[in-house]
Amino acid sequence: MTAFFNEMMRPGGTVRPAYARIADWLERTPPEVLASRRAQAELMFRRIGITFAVYGDKEASERLIPFDIAPRVLTRSEWTRLEAGLIQRVKALNLFLNDVYGAGAIMRAGIVPSDIIYRNPAYRPEMAGWSVPHDVYAHIAGIDVVRIDENDFYVLEDNARTPSGVSYMLENREVMMRLLPDLFSAHSVAPIETYPNELLASLRSVAPRSASRDPTIALLTPGQYNSAYYEHSFLADKLGIELVEGRDLLVRDDIVYMRTTQGPRRVDVIYRRLDDDFLDPLVFRPDSALGVPGLMSAYRAGNVTLANAVGAGVADDKAVYTYMPEIIKFYLGEAPLLKNVPTWRCREPDALKYVMEHLAELVVKEVNGSGGYGMLVGPHSTRDQIEAFSKKLAHDPANYIAQPTLALSVCPASFSGGVSPRHVDLRPFVLSGADGARVVPGGLTRVALNEGSLVVNSSQGGGTKDTWVIDDPATA
Amino acid sequence: MLARTADNLYWLARNIERADYLARIVNVTRRLDTLPSAYSGPGTEWESALLSAGASERFDEFHQNVDAASVIDFLVFDERNPSSIANCIENGRSNARAVRTALTVESWEAINSGWLDLKSFQKPRSPGDPASSERLGQYLDAVMKVALDVDGSAYRTMLRNDAFWFTRLGHFVERADNTARILDVKYNLLLPSSEPVGGPVDYFQWAAILRAVSALTAYNWLYKEGVKPWLVADLLILRPEMPRSLRFCCGEMVRVLDSFARVYGQQGPAQRHARHMLTRLENTTMKEVFNGGLHEFVTAFIEDNSKLGAEIAEQYLLD
Repeated sequence: MTAFFNEMMRPGGTVRPAYARIADWLERTPPEVLASRRAQAELMFRRIGITFAVYGDKEASERLIPFDIAPRVLTRSEWTRLEAGLIQRVKALNLFLNDVYGAGAIMRAGIVPSDIIYRNPAYRPEMAGWSVPHDVYAHIAGIDVVRIDENDFYVLEDNARTPSGVSYMLENREVMMRLLPDLFSAHSVAPIETYPNELLASLRSVAPRSASRDPTIALLTPGQYNSAYYEHSFLADKLGIELVEGRDLLVRDDIVYMRTTQGPRRVDVIYRRLDDDFLDPLVFRPDSALGVPGLMSAYRAGNVTLANAVGAGVADDKAVYTYMPEIIKFYLGEAPLLKNVPTWRCREPDALKYVMEHLAELVVKEVNGSGGYGMLVGPHSTRDQIEAFSKKLAHDPANYIAQPTLALSVCPASFSGGVSPRHVDLRPFVLSGADGARVVPGGLTRVALNEGSLVVNSSQGGGTKDTWVIDDPATA
Repeated sequence: MLARTADNLYWLARNIERADYLARIVNVTRRLDTLPSAYSGPGTEWESALLSAGASERFDEFHQNVDAASVIDFLVFDERNPSSIANCIENGRSNARAVRTALTVESWEAINSGWLDLKSFQKPRSPGDPASSERLGQYLDAVMKVALDVDGSAYRTMLRNDAFWFTRLGHFVERADNTARILDVKYNLLLPSSEPVGGPVDYFQWAAILRAVSALTAYNWLYKEGVKPWLVADLLILRPEMPRSLRFCCGEMVRVLDSFARVYGQQGPAQRHARHMLTRLENTTMKEVFNGGLHEFVTAFIEDNSKLGAEIAEQYLLD
């Protein structure tokens, strides 16, 4: 078994300077105090986040995502590198989307095969040939990154549709500041509380040019039975904007209005947390009761901005992912700052042959899948599962990519049995507006709480941690 | 404010108020049911409970006989009855959940924890079983407690803006309707034809009504004499200090609607209509009510009130 990069401890048992105070705190705090902190944290989540427990769950069973009290630390210089890479990547994603729905230069240059775009279910022909307001497509992007050594960040996947999790990032910080004020103030932790302001500023900046100087912004949710409804209401609250459902909106003469107690009121920007398919029954799925008839027509008339843009999903496809280094070079003329995980495109016969022969070592994913569905984790699968999967793969190779199982880095996590290392990833949220791209320092750290597990999804034993970006220690 | 938000707040309050009213109806009917039949009339008390809940027709679709067990089940637990207590609580909580951000944490917790508590109650098996009867009593008490908590938390914690006013509006429209219904039912149905008005059965039944709406003490305090139909009607219709009287409810509706008119900068049919309802009550005497017939008066009021509900919906909630 390969050694994992431990973000706190070096192989010889010395502590990395960034974690000096955390290591000290974990060692010096008696187990019963740590236990009581864990209990307090849980209580706080139940109280301030009580709605976690009940939203999105008909029976209101307790659905707290486990929270680990040991913070995950990045130094300012690590973050600066990561931030530059994230901004570079999201800039390229936006230019790519502009091109895909515009001139198509990257396909004509033979860099990205056009069938990957045009046969992609997330590609929206309705978007072709016109520009969205201010040329921004992915206003909010969640870029999942992992570390496997001291130096490099790898991008696991790009989320350009409606990435979620930012409410956990904000609430984790809130809880940590109350739970461990001394530990917190001993580090100079870069604030993330500005995220709602930054998001609002980004959304305002992309209002249609015809909108008033004080544009009306609304958050469109599928409704209270959606699993992310808590986050939708949390964000609407923090942004001070209306949380609307499709039935609250109407379109008249290509202008979008919301129904209020004082009559219809014009809406300029919609932060939509509803998938493309459901947005407008006149254009997409006709059976959608969640959408707004006429919305696309108002959008195309330039009277409303949708964030993220319709069709942005074509850029977070796993097949497109494999071309990201080339995409960055093509549009920005720069070398990519963040690495891609080496990936075999099963559409290519040589790659397919290799993948077929090494299924037991690889992770194979559907190009359009998400959330861990439809994938094979070779080392954790039985022979029968691998057998069955290889048939699916042979039947439709273009639908799959394969990657080595990554040695995700580990961070300390606190349990009743003591402190022990667990695998983590990181999802920072990158905002793009008419005035450029920005990231609040940090993101959502997800942690695989089961020993040895590499799966950070909350449905499979995953939890979250607060992520601290701290000033570089004086003696590094 | 979004019209849907207003609609949910308005119906949250109506649903909770209705649940409270139904719990009271069931409680008082159980009380009447314990009397020897000579006192309680010829077994019509459960019939009248159904009528005062407005659930008679729907009940007949599912049941042949009107008896304690089936009426209690229908009014309290039955999911097929859109206005059963369980459904009112479920709908109220769902209204609250849809507009979680328009409520304070306290208000949300009042409705949500009440909903959770009530869900955990075991449904009583048979009304004859003392354990079941006790459990039913606890359930009904818990329902009234939820109403008290939801109402009290809104009163103590919510900003005095349109969100609060929509809950008040729903509360008083529903309350006025309930008060009118309970009066009407008594007047028309309970008294056995052989009994003289003012006799012991009559007395017991009027007292039970007062008890149902927590007004027996208030009655004694205000009138200092035995329970008389016209005084009960006076208390529940015209008394401005009685927080369930039609007069009080109308006064509150006018106040709330005036707040909307002030803040929104315009008024409509709902404001004019509510003011008209209030003026009529202010200028009526009990003598006039009884001369014209209590039933006629109350029926006209219920119609008037539901017309006001429709005007509120038209003006604020639908678009």
